Amino acid sequence: MDPCNCIEPQWPADELLMKYQYISDFFIALAYFSIPLELIYFVKKSAVFPYRWVLVQFGAFIVLCGATHLINLWTFGMHSRTVAVVMTTAKALTAAVSCATALMLVHIIPDLLSVKTRELFLKNKAAELDREMGLIRTQEETGRHVRMLTHEIRSTLDRHTILKTTLVELGRTLALEECALWMPTRTGLELQLSYTLRQHNPVGYTVPIHLPVINQVFSSNRAVKISPNSPVARLRPFAGKYVPGEVVAVRVPLLHLSNFQINDWPELSTKRYALMVLMLPSDSARQWHVHELELVEVVADQVAVALSHAAILEESMRARDLLMEQNVALDLARREAETAIRARNDFLAVMNHEMRTPMHAIIALSSLLQETELSPEQRLMVEMILKSSNLLATLINDVLDLSRLEDGSLQLEKGTFNLHSVFKEVFNLIKPVASVNKLLVTLNLASDMPVYAVGDEKRLMQTILNVSGNAIKFSKEGSISIAAFVIKSESLREYRNAEFFPVPSDGHFYLCVQVKDMGSGISPQDIPKLFTKFTQTQPLATRNSGGSGLGLAICKRFVNLMDGHIWIESEGLGKGCTASFIVKLGFPERHNETKLLFVPKVQANHVQTNFAGLKVLVLDDNGVSRSVTKGLLMHLGCNVTTVGSSDECIRVVSQEHKVVFMDVSMDCYEVASHIRERFGKRHERPLVVALTGNTDKATKENCIRFGLDGVILKPVSVDKMRNVLAELLEHRVLFEAM
Amino acid sequence: MAGSGLVDQLKKQLEAFTASLFSEGFLDDQFTQLQQLQDESNPDFVVEVVSLFFEDSERLLNELAKALDQQNADFTKVDAHVHQLKGSSSSIGAQGVQRACIAFRNCCEEKNIEGCLKCLQLVKQEYTLVKNKLQTMFKLEQQLLAAQRTSFPM
Repeated sequence: MDPCNCIEPQWPADELLMKYQYISDFFIALAYFSIPLELIYFVKKSAVFPYRWVLVQFGAFIVLCGATHLINLWTFGMHSRTVAVVMTTAKALTAAVSCATALMLVHIIPDLLSVKTRELFLKNKAAELDREMGLIRTQEETGRHVRMLTHEIRSTLDRHTILKTTLVELGRTLALEECALWMPTRTGLELQLSYTLRQHNPVGYTVPIHLPVINQVFSSNRAVKISPNSPVARLRPFAGKYVPGEVVAVRVPLLHLSNFQINDWPELSTKRYALMVLMLPSDSARQWHVHELELVEVVADQVAVALSHAAILEESMRARDLLMEQNVALDLARREAETAIRARNDFLAVMNHEMRTPMHAIIALSSLLQETELSPEQRLMVEMILKSSNLLATLINDVLDLSRLEDGSLQLEKGTFNLHSVFKEVFNLIKPVASVNKLLVTLNLASDMPVYAVGDEKRLMQTILNVSGNAIKFSKEGSISIAAFVIKSESLREYRNAEFFPVPSDGHFYLCVQVKDMGSGISPQDIPKLFTKFTQTQPLATRNSGGSGLGLAICKRFVNLMDGHIWIESEGLGKGCTASFIVKLGFPERHNETKLLFVPKVQANHVQTNFAGLKVLVLDDNGVSRSVTKGLLMHLGCNVTTVGSSDECIRVVSQEHKVVFMDVSMDCYEVASHIRERFGKRHERPLVVALTGNTDKATKENCIRFGLDGVILKPVSVDKMRNVLAELLEHRVLFEAM
Repeated sequence: MAGSGLVDQLKKQLEAFTASLFSEGFLDDQFTQLQQLQDESNPDFVVEVVSLFFEDSERLLNELAKALDQQNADFTKVDAHVHQLKGSSSSIGAQGVQRACIAFRNCCEEKNIEGCLKCLQLVKQEYTLVKNKLQTMFKLEQQLLAAQRTSFPM
């Protein structure tokens, strides 16, 4: 037997102890073998464990330890050499592995420890992120609330709805106990409780506006925490037992239309604010969070905008209602005015006729009366009657004229007339009157003034007469000068003023007439009144001749209708005055083929009166007219042949006939063409003249087109026929103005 | 021997009567013109023309009565006649007849048969009136001429 190193047991009888050792070792071995199994199992389970190699080592170490202890079991009794060898190998291996493991662990354990710290760090980080996440979520929810609130607020333009909705939504979003809005009163010195959330009928509870807490809130655009005991937050009496929730107040700017000045857009300088007070529920231990305050501020701004929109809308609605009312009133007024004008026109139309008829009767009969045998007193009386009734007739005419002028129903009668003769007539009319007053009248017509002009002759004469008449009326001595000249186009600009804008044009010229007198003159302050109706510059007592005061007013209307201007200048009382007016007149037309001539006024001494033996042919199917025309021509000495039909005319007409007069209804155009063809050259053939009662331009144009030499309007008087014949024979053409 | 008194009286009567014809609107200025045309070479000019007028008018009025009496009156023909009548009356200055003719022509344009009949009545009326007046005037003239012939100028 080999000597073994084992210690022989001292007490071989202690088999119990041996048994216990035996069992313990067994269990130790078991444990040692099962631990690696567990390790492998769990490591396999977790894929992330980085130290596999260490585990292997550890496993080996444990296995070997177990093996050692197991082998130890055999060494308690007698064992062979193989066992000893195995034991030794196992022990040696175990020693090696355990040392290696120990060395390895030196490296590993710090790492493992740091893993732990990293884990802790990550956990903290995760917690932090969670917190932030929570914050963001609340912010987002706040944003959502704001959007929703804004939407609610802005979805209406009614002030009350806006404010009510604001309070309701805010109360809901922030779970408030009470929410109140204080609006400034009209005086601006107090804040009045206008809206509350819970109390549906707020009493008109007011607080003065200059409380320090209110000033504090108004001076900042942020939501400010205020004490629950301040007057604005004390909305209902509470028993002392519960702790009131925190209160926040924010200002709501009340913007007005005038606040939106583009220049200082960011700085909205408003003076008026409303106060919004929000109270958290009592006994809730809730506190105002930052995001909640931000929400409140944003809402306050939105409310301000919505309110301003509502205010603008109210304003525009009010303005629109006002305009509608005004419109209706104006319409009514217009209709009334129209009715009044119509009534006046009707009245005038009736009175026109009614007044003139008796007037004419009076005037006619008075003048007839004058012709009869009268005693001197009777003659005087009749003359007075005549004078007065003439005056009255003029007055009536003036008033009626002016009324027609006023509503624009008066139209100028355009016609060609002799301008020079108009002035001569006026001159002749006023000279006798002037000489009675020992006044000298001079007439000065410019040399470049055309002889003929187109315009309203009657009204122009009326105007000149009126102005000259005034000059005479208001002059006691001295002279009166009437001057007329044409304003050259270059000088037209000098006459321009606010009311008068002359424009040079080809077919027209501007005639200027100036009447100067050395009479009583006019003071400067009276000058504007001159052209107003019914005003007289002299007091009643000194008026020496009757006048309605309408004359100048009428003249002004006439001049204006003639695209002109009338004005009076005077240096002052006693220094005379100059009345001037400008009117626009046309140049008379000139046709290329036919020269338009006019039957001039009767000037018997110029005209050939002897048409003895002049052979003429008269064509008319109306027997009576035929005889009348024949008688007319025979009276003038002509040798007249009459025919009743155009065929007969064509048969009878010959070179000897100098003129053929035909009624226009008689195919005269055919006859005319026939005569033209037959007799060729103008100077030898008979002239063809149409007689017509038709005043329309078409007739005249047709006559010109068909080559007639003249057109005369019926009825023809003796003098007219005389002139017609003279003109025809001289100029071989005559177209009367229609 | 008829004194100048009678001549004056007759003259005044004639003048008054003539004046009344003008003022009452029976005659107008054209008649005056006719009167002016009467001279030594043509002493009965006015009477001749007026007689011609009477003949012409009576003929035309008959034509008109016939034309309007028919079932389907030919308004163009009626218008033509009225036109003639208007022409004659205006030539001698029979203002009343002329005016009535103008109204008549309007009715013709409107082809209003009843209106035309009424107008015809009116024209007839005016014509009769003016005819009587003119005949009276001529009689007065005759009387005056007779008185003038028998009175010796002093």
